[in-house]
Amino acid sequence: MSLDKSAVTHIATLARIRVAESEKEQLVAELNGILDWVEQLGEIETEGVEPMSSVAEMTLPMREDVVSDGNRRDDILGNAPGAAHGFFTVPKVVE
Amino acid sequence: MSALTRLTIAEARRGLERKEFSARELVRAFNAAVERAKPLNAFITETPEKALEMADAADARRARGAALPLDGIPLGIKDLFCTRGILTTAGSHILDGFAPPYESTVTQKLWDAGAVCLGKLNMDEFAMGSSNTTSHYGPVENPWRRPGDNRPLVPGGSSGGSAAAVAARAVMAATGTDTGGSIRQPAGFCGIVGLKPTYGRCSRWGIVAFASSLDQAGPMTRTVRDAAIMLAVMAGHDPRDSTSAPLPVPDFEAALTGDISGLRIGIPKEYRREGMPAEIEKLWGQGIEWLKAAGAHPVEISLTMTKYALPTYYIIAPAEASSNLARYDGVRFGLRVEEGQSLDEMYEATRAAGFGAEVKRRVMIGTYVLSAGYYDAYYLKAQKVRKLIAGDFKAAFEHCDAILTPTAPSAAFAIGEKSDDPIAMYLNDVFTVPVNLAGLPGISVPAGLSSDGLPLGLQVIGRAFDEETVLKVGGVIESAAAFTAEPAFTAG
Repeated sequence: MSLDKSAVTHIATLARIRVAESEKEQLVAELNGILDWVEQLGEIETEGVEPMSSVAEMTLPMREDVVSDGNRRDDILGNAPGAAHGFFTVPKVVE
Repeated sequence: MSALTRLTIAEARRGLERKEFSARELVRAFNAAVERAKPLNAFITETPEKALEMADAADARRARGAALPLDGIPLGIKDLFCTRGILTTAGSHILDGFAPPYESTVTQKLWDAGAVCLGKLNMDEFAMGSSNTTSHYGPVENPWRRPGDNRPLVPGGSSGGSAAAVAARAVMAATGTDTGGSIRQPAGFCGIVGLKPTYGRCSRWGIVAFASSLDQAGPMTRTVRDAAIMLAVMAGHDPRDSTSAPLPVPDFEAALTGDISGLRIGIPKEYRREGMPAEIEKLWGQGIEWLKAAGAHPVEISLTMTKYALPTYYIIAPAEASSNLARYDGVRFGLRVEEGQSLDEMYEATRAAGFGAEVKRRVMIGTYVLSAGYYDAYYLKAQKVRKLIAGDFKAAFEHCDAILTPTAPSAAFAIGEKSDDPIAMYLNDVFTVPVNLAGLPGISVPAGLSSDGLPLGLQVIGRAFDEETVLKVGGVIESAAAFTAEPAFTAG
């Protein structure tokens, strides 16, 4: 499975990272280098092996469904690059 | 006052108790050392005034007989830990100006124990790197140099600022984080002690996330005892991290008995890779001899999946990173680049400008391996191999109580070396990555010098939640190695 320029363009779009046309060639080479290298996992027989998503051998703990934090609007907006009237601001998304 | 900056935590604790010096005197000496250490670029943010305030508070507590366990101990904090009101960057441009409105659990525990914050330490961007050359704030220099060679060397990474500052005596100790070796490899490169605890031992709450199933905070210190002292404060259950283990924190210092007689030390045969430098192999052999002399029994073990650990890691870690780093969108914090008209264009421009090359590569790899059509072939496959890697360790620990390996396959290299080839850089972590995949504790202890005069570390790996054995065996290596060499540059 080798990536070409259009595949890299698609991945960049999914990742929401703008990639200039001039950078694509090098990215194709770098990403293919890494993917070729990880392909060696194909050598291992993993039929019937349970995938491991965490090493923590425990079930997720439950807690009371009650409000434990909040009323920190100004704290939270304090780091926003753009905020107005108690909200985050973003470029216009509806016409 | 340079003598003060040479003290270990254990020594400073005693000196403060006996009122040989005050916390203010101690912190003033370290503030001056931080200033002198500037050429290393180990700090992103220095907090000398806050440090003095905290020192005064520590002195006041001591004066009224209410001293805390780490009262007055000056620490550096890796810039991955959120610190309330203090710039926290993760070494990235995309977190420009971010002053968290909250404090990470681990740093809060340190402050609650009386420790003093000297500043925030430089690191690879989002902890992605093994040489501290990917930071937006520039590379960190290792205080060590090859004798007769003035080229600056890397301190290792990603906790490179932490390792360099501890080695140069600019801080008494530091926090680090370790996702694939980021505490142990730089500790090895800088001739200090670095401990990665068991996954779940320290809370991850408030630590900027890289790969959530692998990340773990730990101490970076000059001695094994100091690592035990710091871990005792950093560890413990935290309801705000659902993967934090609800277990009591043992008295880690009490584990440092030096008595390892009868302990079985596993020596994984697969780590004896072809092309392992002779001096690394020799040091490893020396380590085995030291432990034997102390009464332990080396046993050969097999970790059959060793060769697959790095490729597994380089699927799982980028996958988790691509998800974790989705939050950097130019809306809620940090950098925003407004180009074009749409929201998507703002996201894309912000992330293009805000992330460095290595972070972009990993986010894109992660995005790809999680994308429709490729998930099973890459991500699911890697999760299955991870299970086999963890199983290898589980089986090995039926036959041994701890495992001894080298920390890294080389000593520190020059800044700029290995930077053209991502995979050559990834190979630095060949001995440390399997430990993260299995969630186990591991320590790197300085054990000797390379032929070109640079520190080399040995790694001790233990069973899950058995940091006590890891520290005990690490302590025996420390005593036997009697590593007293000093870097070319010290700040205090």
